[in-house]
Amino acid sequence: MEKGDKVWEVFIQKKPGLAFKHAGSVHGYDKKMAIQNARDLYTRRGEGREIWVVETTHIVSVPLDQADAFFDPSIDKPYRLADFYKIPDGVENI
Amino acid sequence: MDNLEQAFNEIIEKDLKVEPRDWMPEKYRANNIRQISQHAHSEVIGMQPEGNWLLRAPSLRAKQVLLAKIQDEAGHGLYLYSVAETLGISRQEMIEQLHSGKAKYSSIFNYPALTWADMGAIGWLVDGAAIVNQVSLQRTSYGPYSRGMVRICKEESFHQRQGYEIMIHMANGTPEQKAMAQDALNRFWEPALMMFGPHDKDSAHTSDSMKWKIKRETNDTLRQKFIDKTVPQIEFLGLEVPDKNCKWNEETGHYDHSPFNWDEFWNVVKGNGPCNAERLEHHKKAHNDNAWVREAAYQYAKKTEGELV
Repeated sequence: MEKGDKVWEVFIQKKPGLAFKHAGSVHGYDKKMAIQNARDLYTRRGEGREIWVVETTHIVSVPLDQADAFFDPSIDKPYRLADFYKIPDGVENI
Repeated sequence: MDNLEQAFNEIIEKDLKVEPRDWMPEKYRANNIRQISQHAHSEVIGMQPEGNWLLRAPSLRAKQVLLAKIQDEAGHGLYLYSVAETLGISRQEMIEQLHSGKAKYSSIFNYPALTWADMGAIGWLVDGAAIVNQVSLQRTSYGPYSRGMVRICKEESFHQRQGYEIMIHMANGTPEQKAMAQDALNRFWEPALMMFGPHDKDSAHTSDSMKWKIKRETNDTLRQKFIDKTVPQIEFLGLEVPDKNCKWNEETGHYDHSPFNWDEFWNVVKGNGPCNAERLEHHKKAHNDNAWVREAAYQYAKKTEGELV
């Protein structure tokens, strides 16, 4: 990396009401440059109305070798899902 | 075979995507870096033949369009450098490899753009060939590369259409303009077909890249697709295919073509094309002349750190 150059992750909201979505990454020396570069790079055709940039090194994620254990208990509780519960025929709108 | 390798093979087999943090064979990583950086450099060097015509565009409209196209190429280069960076190489290293000659870019950009019709031929044929390749690469196994290709393909179709529009104007203009269009087609036809790379039997990287689904279709398959698409477009223009053997083959259901001049191809790859030295020198000069901008940005960022945007 050039001295002072940083990589930022870019998130774009296409229109109000939608979630921000990861678009890719961009280089920039500071916040202002990063967000302007992100605009020039990812929204040349009306792809967004809001941009977030986050320094890549500030993103926290689960170490890959622990991911299985980390996410392990998430699907062993079927009672968290609606189709776990049986509703008798004839009952509507539930 | 250990678990990691097994997990990787399963991703490939099931047509899922490999993501940056997944384990991958070193050769898979290296092949991707080589291909993606070459792709990025091609986008960036590809701005030069067109930049050559910006100040001579025949109308304000043509100039605006060309400027927008060149800006897109810069953007595509940046997407691709970012994609390669997820594999552990920095953009700075890639640019150093370009400057040292270790990394290549598409040979097509080592041909000069001599007339305005060349702007048409480049958009139509060169971008057209690139699109055929990139559409196929939308299904590549490396997730960030695939996503980059989806984005690029959306943007690139304007490039090919604007090129064809120029060709339509030239081909229907004065006899001199039509001759210029034919001349541009003559010069770019074979180099555009060779953009797909060597024949499958001579391609050093094809087998691993196909096995790992980095490439989804071989050089020859993609080249044939492009020929089949493009010949009718040439006929529509009222121009001649610059290859007497290019005829529809009932049996194969494809257009035939003459053997290509691979000696010339390899000669240009090795650096002896008409513009190799010029293209590289120009890139180095722009990069070095602007070192002060990077230094200033660094100093400014240090000074303003902590401030809101």
